[in-house]
Amino acid sequence: MQALIATLSAWILPLLVTVILVTGFVRRVPIYNAFVDGAKSGFGTAIRLIPHLIAMMVAVSVFQASGAMNGVVHVLTPVLRWLHIPPEVAPMGLLRPISGVGSLAFMTHIFETKGPDSWLGQLASTMQAASDTTLYIITVYFGSVGIRNIRYALKVGLLADLVSVLASVLAVYWFMGPMPAH
Amino acid sequence: MIDVIWLLLFVSGVVTALATGRVDGVSKAIIGGAETGVELSIGLISVISFWLGLMSIAERAGIVNGLARILKPVGTFLYPSVPPDHPAMGAILMNMSANLLGVGNAATPLGLKAMAELQKLNPTQDTASDAMCTLLAVNTASITLIPTTVIAVRMQYGSANPTAIVGTTIVATAMGTLAAVVLDRWFRVWSRRGER
Repeated sequence: MQALIATLSAWILPLLVTVILVTGFVRRVPIYNAFVDGAKSGFGTAIRLIPHLIAMMVAVSVFQASGAMNGVVHVLTPVLRWLHIPPEVAPMGLLRPISGVGSLAFMTHIFETKGPDSWLGQLASTMQAASDTTLYIITVYFGSVGIRNIRYALKVGLLADLVSVLASVLAVYWFMGPMPAH
Repeated sequence: MIDVIWLLLFVSGVVTALATGRVDGVSKAIIGGAETGVELSIGLISVISFWLGLMSIAERAGIVNGLARILKPVGTFLYPSVPPDHPAMGAILMNMSANLLGVGNAATPLGLKAMAELQKLNPTQDTASDAMCTLLAVNTASITLIPTTVIAVRMQYGSANPTAIVGTTIVATAMGTLAAVVLDRWFRVWSRRGER
């Protein structure tokens, strides 16, 4: 099963590209022009990210360089050990439901210190990818139709985020074995 | 909320730096952090553009529509209160397909359209309906097949195998989404019981 999914990981991108191009061609979509049209908006999307990433990268860098992050990690360690979550990803997990860019900034710090292909690097990647920014979605979705009483939606979102973190740990454990001691 | 988090990260950092005498490091972190922020965004242009281009083909070829048709049974199971032929169901299914393909930019407008349609079915205009809560649960857990942004950032940091996380992501996101759906049902029953 792991081998199958690992192979799928390697093949999914080339396969998906081929399937989309061939389907488009068969259905008489002008694939080249359609691609260029869509790709145009990528530049703007990435540029719009700049102010957000600057704001978050600076804050997260300060938080990390000052030693405050180590402090938080240290305080949370006993609880996290009990939950089997590596303490190093705790700040990221806490920020994930609140700010996607913020947790992305934490993720890059893990990439920098441990490498993207390390156990923790894979875990950080999975955590970032496996969930969405709960608070943002709740605000935007409910805000758009003027719902004030959101009932249990926030509780469900945050609990599911916790499950997502635990599931990410499990998934990386399943694929890569236990976290190597460092 | 975001104001408080941002402020907290700064203030706790500076206070810790003052206490431990790492002020130099903090000054460097401010400048370096800003630089990394720009580099990261610029580096994302390549993958985001490529993906948006590909998704524009997928959309015009009717792949998103096709996926929505395949997902219809899932939709009727998750949203029993929405009539299968109502436009709300169409928007919900399109939103689900866009999420699945990792077309985040398309998923949000489709999700908002679904919310607007669900609001028409909602008897209490300022209170979320059951279906709305389910839509939110599914979207916050966001089932994803191709995590494009994370793959792009991994490439920038010199990963030997940037797409290696596709497998772990699918497993984790599936479990997260399943949990969201179960929790949503659980709290729905629970809230009914509270009303009686």
